[in-house]
Order: sequence, then structure tokens, then C-alpha cells
Amino acid sequence: MQKHISNATFKGTKEQKKKLLDAIKKHKQEKGALMPILQEAQTIYGYLPIEVQTIIARELNIPLREIFGVSTFYSQFSLTPKGKYNVSVCLGTACYVKGSGDILKKVSSILGIEAEECTKDGKFSLTACRCVGACGLAPVMTINDNVYGRVTVDQVEGILSKYLE
Amino acid sequence: MKSLEEMKAIRKKISSDINVSEKGTIRIITGMATCGIAAGAGAIFNKLKETVKSQNLKNVSVGQTGCIGVCQFEPLFEVFMPDGTRTTYVKMTPEKAEEVIKKHIIEGKVIDEYTIGSEKALDQTEFYKKQKRIVLRNCGFIDPESIDEYIAMDGYFALNKVLTEMKPEDIIKIIKSSGLRGRGGGGFPTGIKWELASKNEADQKYVCCNADEGDPGAFMDRSILEGDPHSVLEAMTIAGYAIGSTKGYIYVRAEYPVAVKRLKMAIDQAREYGFLGNNIFGINFNFDIELRLGAGAFVCGEETALLTSIEGKRGEPRPRPPFPAVRGLFGKPTILNNVETFANVPQIILKGSDWFNSIGTEKSKGTKVFALGGKINRTGLVEVPIGTPLREIVEDIGGGIPNNKKFKAAQTGGPSGGCIPAKYLDIPMDYDNLTAIGSMMGSGGLIIMDETNCMVDIAKFFLDFTVDESCGKCTPCRIGTKRLFEMLTDITSGNATMEELSKLEDLCHYIKQNSLCGLGQTAPNPVLSTIKYFRPEYEEHILNHKCRAGVCKNLVQYRILEDKCVGCSACSRICPVGAISGELKHPFKIDPQKCIKCGECMKTCKFSAIVKE
Repeated sequence: MQKHISNATFKGTKEQKKKLLDAIKKHKQEKGALMPILQEAQTIYGYLPIEVQTIIARELNIPLREIFGVSTFYSQFSLTPKGKYNVSVCLGTACYVKGSGDILKKVSSILGIEAEECTKDGKFSLTACRCVGACGLAPVMTINDNVYGRVTVDQVEGILSKYLE
Repeated sequence: MKSLEEMKAIRKKISSDINVSEKGTIRIITGMATCGIAAGAGAIFNKLKETVKSQNLKNVSVGQTGCIGVCQFEPLFEVFMPDGTRTTYVKMTPEKAEEVIKKHIIEGKVIDEYTIGSEKALDQTEFYKKQKRIVLRNCGFIDPESIDEYIAMDGYFALNKVLTEMKPEDIIKIIKSSGLRGRGGGGFPTGIKWELASKNEADQKYVCCNADEGDPGAFMDRSILEGDPHSVLEAMTIAGYAIGSTKGYIYVRAEYPVAVKRLKMAIDQAREYGFLGNNIFGINFNFDIELRLGAGAFVCGEETALLTSIEGKRGEPRPRPPFPAVRGLFGKPTILNNVETFANVPQIILKGSDWFNSIGTEKSKGTKVFALGGKINRTGLVEVPIGTPLREIVEDIGGGIPNNKKFKAAQTGGPSGGCIPAKYLDIPMDYDNLTAIGSMMGSGGLIIMDETNCMVDIAKFFLDFTVDESCGKCTPCRIGTKRLFEMLTDITSGNATMEELSKLEDLCHYIKQNSLCGLGQTAPNPVLSTIKYFRPEYEEHILNHKCRAGVCKNLVQYRILEDKCVGCSACSRICPVGAISGELKHPFKIDPQKCIKCGECMKTCKFSAIVKE
């Protein structure tokens, strides 16, 4: 999958760095520690900017290129910051046959961004995700942790408006 | 460490709590799997607890459970009365839940219009009666966050039995003679896999569980992990003893937060009870399980890719042999089984291989769980004996196709599988029959399609998926799938020739033969099987520039029927590109050059005067 790489300036805090170093320390001795560390780093920073990957490379003594290889391989790892609200439209089979493609288009036209992008004000980001496993409620979209099931194109504006203010 | 006697005591105590008739209590359970929670089960669960408390009802217990299996009725809860009656209340809201407590629980009057239908209870419905539940026996019944409830359903008794009464080779013999085959899709005999790993001497061996359920449209494994996590832990520990391993890994999708949470809880509880850890049941056997979260790569469902990912690398597959049973995780002998496969194991140990052997077809034993979705009246999770005809699943269990539409095809096996057309509705669904007709059992996603689905578009959809998910290591898959996708795009936009169709088929066969791993070898299946059964649709797209389902936008024309149009101008006002013009009270016209085929006009027209053709 093509990864979007952010050119936003990195704004990590000291607390975040401390958390990251603690997480690295916790996992360092495990076999295959890189994935759990990247997952924790993403929870701490919200995404994986190159600066964070560099810290991990130095601490684990693994070449940065190897870490970059892993972080760009998995779709869960994001190299761009996520918006305050991450809108995710499921394009799994069950949702797709029930018309989630049109829902994605509608969200995209309302927010003015394509999938895997973030609005300039940092408020919304949009993801086209694979099956979230709630196929019985297809088509499904999520905004952060809220799941909206059996969505129709006409409902999209109403759902988003709750977050627009 | 719990002893056998203590386990029996827990089983006795808790099963009397679950079987309400013995204690005279009323039991209410709410379905709290991901889809239930998404539909709002959390608020209902809280409301039930609150109301029971505020009404001061002493003989009522309110509990949670995993997936009950009838997604279209979420959120729902069930009431078990001391007289043995069961009532399933569906599509609940907190207000309705409160009403149920007041009318049903306090006054004893069932509110008919809120129940699942004339049958009133889930276990009386056609949907349920035709099923046979082995793997899902506890899902939707016990509280997945309570190890005691699992023990009450004979949980961990199989582990006790193998550790105190059996030798490792006896376990392998039972699993082999049961005929259990891998439920992840391939159908490899589980007993043989275990035997291979047991015979390889090594200082460390691993037991891994594939819970990276990546097929879009499949959610069996999630439901088992959310509804009955201990069954997987118990089976992995049994497998560890059988092959001589002390360490297990469960590789679970990070997209399944509820499953991850319940697995973590289950592992902690099992450690506390001494079912994981050192000297389990007092014998010289140690085993522990660690969770590893996937990070969203479909290819990691392939066994060698999954193991590479646990090692913390890019999840790329590697050639086999050597098979994981010889050189797997960290270079050591490893067995990797799917969640559903493991969930069968404790039952086989307790009830014996002859019992398991009696279910299913000659070469495929036991049951299979399908996630039934798409254009079907009752979506949900169904477990049927292997060999059940598709017609029974679609018509009897699934209740047919909505809106009086006709069945067109069923898609099994996700992006690796194929379509089953209407003419095969009656063949028994087992591993070998499905492979013979160009589909596959797959992990169990079963998506039903009706006449409004375009088969070329479906093939294109799956290829779009595999192009995205191809790891890029081998050329036939990386470049081949991309070319397939481009060809399909040409066909769906009316730019292809018949020559391209035959090239498409050739390329499919080439990719199948030359790709490194299962992902690439099966990626062309959706194309090949749709060409095989729906060739006229491909030809129509190419020769007549027509999409009979009206899905492929480039081939669709919107037209205003002159005799029906009253000239109200509603369509021309809604049209975003000003493609519709005309004079009030006279038939309007669409300019096909300007039309972007958004379909807004058709939705707006109150006189059904606009058609798509």
C-alpha cells in the first residue's frame, strides 16, 4: 500500500519521549520486540514520524532503514498525523456490496480530503479501512471509537455535523 | 493451582447459576460482542442493571455474553425464566429494556412485539434449529470474561484429562483419527501437522494461533475470541503438550480491540488458576501464551508471513519447504492453527474422535462456522455440519434474499475464493466439492449477492484488495495483480476488446502457477470463477458496453421517460452539473455528455420517470 509521508513539523514533548523510552525498555528483551514497540510509539504520538523511528533505531541498535521497512509495510502504522476525529469508512466485502463506496465518496466531498489525508486544521482525517468485522451492520463507518452501522449516503452529513462544530 | 476436585466444585456451583431452573432465579444476558456494542448494547446492559437495582429485584441476575449470532437483531438480550422458558428481545433501546423489566420480569407478561418473532426465543427459530453448534457452543451463552463459567461448561477438563491420563502420542492419535482439518481455509489435516512437529527434536518448539482474520466479510474468529476465549487457550496448551512445546503465541488483529481485551483477561485468569504456567496440574509440563498484535497486513494470514511478523519483521512470506513444522518461528519447529480449528480440540478430547467423525462428509469432518452476510435477510454467524447444501444456508437459515430479488451467487473464501452460482446451490459444501467448482471453503466468509451486483465489478473489487495487500516480494503477484486490475478496469469502463479477455485468463493462470505464497496463488480465483460462471456478463461489458446490474458507472446511461415525466424540474434543480434541461410541464432531457451518473435525479424523481440502463 502506498504510504503518505507527512511533511508536518514534529512536535514531540519531553513526556512523550520519556514514555517512549520506557516502552522500549519494557519490550527490549523480548524476542521480536520491534512491532510491540512501534505499536506503543504510535499510541504515544498518534503517528510514527521519522524522528520517533530514529529514536527507536538508536535504542534498539537496529538500522533505521529496517524500521522504516516495517513501519511502511503494515497499514496500521501511520506516517501522517491523524485528525482530532478520524473518520473511517469500511470497504470490506459486506459493506462494499451494500454501497460503502458511495459513502466514502460522500464523506470525502464533505470534508474536502481524499482517503489517507488530514484536513488543514487538523480536525478530520479520513481512512478507507478494511473489514472491521461488524458485517451484520453493513455498511459501517467509524469516527474515533464510535461505530455507525447501516449508514446511508443521506445520513452522512448528519453524522459528520455532530463533529463539525 | 486448581485441582480437579476444585474444578468440579466450581462446575457444580456455577452451572446451577447458569441453569436458572435449579435456583429459581431469572437470568438476563446481553450480547456484548463488537457488533452488539456497536449497535448500542452497552447502554442497554447498564439500563438493565440499573432497573434491576432500582426495582430492588433480588432474584434476577444480569450478565453479558459474546456474539449470539443474529447480527441484524442487535442490540438484543435474552431472558431465562425459572420455568425453563427463554425469550429473545431484539432491536432494543434502553427505554424498551426498562419496559421489559417492568412488564416481563415483574408482572410476568412477555412483550410479544419486542421479541425475535412468532417463535419468541432464538432457539426456536429456523435460523437456529438447523445449526449444529460445537465451536460456538458457549458463544452467546456464557460470560466470556469469567473463567468459572467456562469451567461450568466443562472447560479445562480436556486439559486435565490429557495431562493426567494421556501421553502426547495419544493426543495426536485422537486428533488424527477425528479427521479435523484446518479451518483457516487450506483444510490441511491438523493431526498430521502436529505429528510432524512432534517428531522434530529441538530445544524449543512453538504453538501459534492464527487470529489474523483478514478476509473482508469474515468474523468467525473474532466471535470465538470475544465469546469463548478460554477454548483457544485450552486447546493451545493441549497442543503444546502434544508436540513438546512450552511457549505459545496468539497473533491477533489490532483491529479487534474487544477480542484483544478478553484474550488478555483470559490469559491472566488461566495463569491465576494454574492452567498456564509451570507444572500444570502438578505434572512436569510448563506452558505459557503471549499475545502479538497484527498491524493490518492481509498477507500475514499466510503462515510463513505470520511467523515472520511475530519475529518483528516485514510480514513477507518465504518459500516452503522447509515447512514451519520443521523450521518455523525463530527457526524452530512450530505449529500454526487457526482459531476455529483450536476451538474444536477440547470437545474432541472430551467426546472422542468417533463422535467428531460422525458429523460431516466422508473427507471433511465436523462443523464449519460461516459469517453470513451481504444480500440476505438474516445476517449472522451460523455453524452447520460440513456438507450442508448452500441452499439450506441461504433459504432456511438465512431466510432468503431481501426485496424479492433473485439469488445470483455466493462468494466464499474472500479474495482467495470464488463464486458459487445458482446452479450449484444444492451441492454439499465441503473442502473438496468447493475446490472442484473453483471456489474454496476459505475461512468462512459467505457473502450472498443478488441480481443488482455486477460480477465483473466484484472481481475488480477483490483485485483492488489484492493489489493493495500484495507484499511485493515476488513479481507475479506484485505486477500481475496490478495488470489484472487494470484489465478489469478497462472492461468495466467499456474500453476492452475480446482479445483482452483471453489475455486476462492467461495471466490469471500464470499468476496462480508462479506466485510464491498462498496470497498470489489464489488472487486470480475471483476473476477465474466469475469468468467461468458469468462469462456472458464479461462479454456484454466488452461487446455491448452494457452492465446488466447497472453498477459500472461508465456503462450506465440515465434516461428520462417522456410519457412519465410531468416536467416538474425537480431533477434539473438537483443535478450537480446542470446536465438536465427542459421547459416546465414538458418532458425534460438529460445531456449524456455532461451527465456524471451520480444518480441524484433518479432518487429525486417522484414519478419514476428516470431509468438507468
